[in-house]
Amino acid sequence: MTTTSAHRPPDVLPQARDLQQPSLSRTALAGLAVVVLLVTSGLFAVTDLAGRAGFVVVATLLYVAAQTAVSRVVEGGRRSVDRLVTTAVIASFLIALAPLISVLLYTAEQGLTRFDWDFFYRSLRSIGARDPGGGANHAIVGTLQQVGLATLMSVPLGLLVAIYIVEYGRGRLAATIRFFVDVMTGIPSIVAGLFVLSFWILGLGFGYSGFAAALALTVLMLPVIVRSAEEMLKLVPNDLREASLALGVPRWRTILSIVLPTALPGVVTGIMLAVARVMGETAPVLLTAFGTASIVRSPFEGPQSSLPLFIYQEAASPQGTAISRAWTAALTLILVIMVLNLLARLVTRRSTLKK
Amino acid sequence: MAKRIESVGLSAYYGGFRAIEDVSVVIEPKTITALIGPSGCGKSTFLRTLNRLHEVVPGARVTGQLLLDDEDIYGPGVDATGVRRTIGMVFQRPNPFPTMSIYDNVAAGLRLNGVKRKGVLDDAVERSLQGANLWKEVKDRLTKPGAGLSGGQQQRLCIARAIAVEPQVLLMDEPCSALDPISTLAIEDLMTELKDRFTIVIVTHNMQQAARVSDRTGFFTIEATGEPGRLVEIDDTQKIFSNPGEKRTEDYITGRFG
Repeated sequence: MTTTSAHRPPDVLPQARDLQQPSLSRTALAGLAVVVLLVTSGLFAVTDLAGRAGFVVVATLLYVAAQTAVSRVVEGGRRSVDRLVTTAVIASFLIALAPLISVLLYTAEQGLTRFDWDFFYRSLRSIGARDPGGGANHAIVGTLQQVGLATLMSVPLGLLVAIYIVEYGRGRLAATIRFFVDVMTGIPSIVAGLFVLSFWILGLGFGYSGFAAALALTVLMLPVIVRSAEEMLKLVPNDLREASLALGVPRWRTILSIVLPTALPGVVTGIMLAVARVMGETAPVLLTAFGTASIVRSPFEGPQSSLPLFIYQEAASPQGTAISRAWTAALTLILVIMVLNLLARLVTRRSTLKK
Repeated sequence: MAKRIESVGLSAYYGGFRAIEDVSVVIEPKTITALIGPSGCGKSTFLRTLNRLHEVVPGARVTGQLLLDDEDIYGPGVDATGVRRTIGMVFQRPNPFPTMSIYDNVAAGLRLNGVKRKGVLDDAVERSLQGANLWKEVKDRLTKPGAGLSGGQQQRLCIARAIAVEPQVLLMDEPCSALDPISTLAIEDLMTELKDRFTIVIVTHNMQQAARVSDRTGFFTIEATGEPGRLVEIDDTQKIFSNPGEKRTEDYITGRFG
């Protein structure tokens, strides 16, 4: 019998000659960055290239090219490709982050000018676009009530639908429900508003109200909650259901005490995404709550305002006083969503055990 | 409190597929019965028919009779939930409830069935953990998550959880196949202790384990893929491993088949 090495086809895999390979140190890379910065500065001084953004772009591209070239010479082909791709991934992440951060910073910068007591305490009653002062108390109250009511309606309904689909649904009915939930996901928000306007307000004659807006937002939240909860419930291992059933725990109790708590963090994330999504909705609220300049404490009595509606109306005005109120409202909206998200995380963290 | 199990002409189906056919067997109280056989021969399915967990799978059904002391658990008007309360089960992979502490895991069966009194729960948790030989290891960290234990400890936690509801029969579906030899030994010792209180039925791929712990051994097999599994024979463990009545059993045990 011949040895295995005789059977080995030659040169399919080049053998590493030396396991110790030269590599670029951090200092070398930092030096390279300094050189690239100097070269770019020179380039911007000599040619008619200009601007901060341009400088960043040119410097980044030059650095990537220089790093790849140097690495290829010193470290070889595979390592230089590794460095190139790593740098590309980090750069893509920073590019994706840039709009988010710039929106946040710009909104904060613009919004802080009117981030005062009056803004949260007063409404726009008898305040014209030109007048300074005025506030969004009515809009904040409206947003919280409308989204709160919509959440109260859509969360139980959505969870029950998801539980039915995952735990009980068999055959055609479950497939049909899943299909219609998918269709609902695609409903444009203004259509949801039009539906409530024609059915609830014009058809049944209930009139504009915060509650009507909550109905429209419910239509938008429901499919998001159902789909996310469905995915999370499916992730719960079947072992756990069987373990509970084998203890003689009834099915409903198993779902309530074992399946739901296990899926809770994911379900809450889905709910928060739905809340964040509808909190910024303007069109359906405009069609159903109509908007008002006064503080309306009850969502069941007459037109109500909301933060997106407030922003939409104030930003449409050419007056600086109105526009800065719109910026502050935008900042408030972002803060409200952030705070709600943080609260939801805290609640789910407390309910699940620490490892 | 341990009960006798007798199956009469029991067949189990997944939709149109017959997984086991015509199994008739008597399992005496306070004994350990091991079920052995090649993969896919229906021994796990048979085990799952014993506590009516088989029917949880969509499309699954059972025909024939299964008598627990003299009551047919598949009889009309018998509640599957009640059956499962009487017949506990331990699974192949340790599956403690991940959101619950060690204490809550053991108390789960009682609590989810409506027991609320703290004294009763405390007693049951300590008794069950002691019964599962786990009390000494976990008594100072009962509030820690059950999922943080080692695999062998988790499996003993699952046994504690199963015996906390005081079942009359304990079913074990390859309870040691995911464990190392030391944890396996701990569980085998535990089974021998639990035999005084429960009727135990264990499915195992490990023939040495069957020979070590069981009083009686049943051999399942299939003729060919797609055919239903059948019980070839069941007899005293010593006889099965020394002088089986069937050629097929002997072939399997001596490693000539399967």
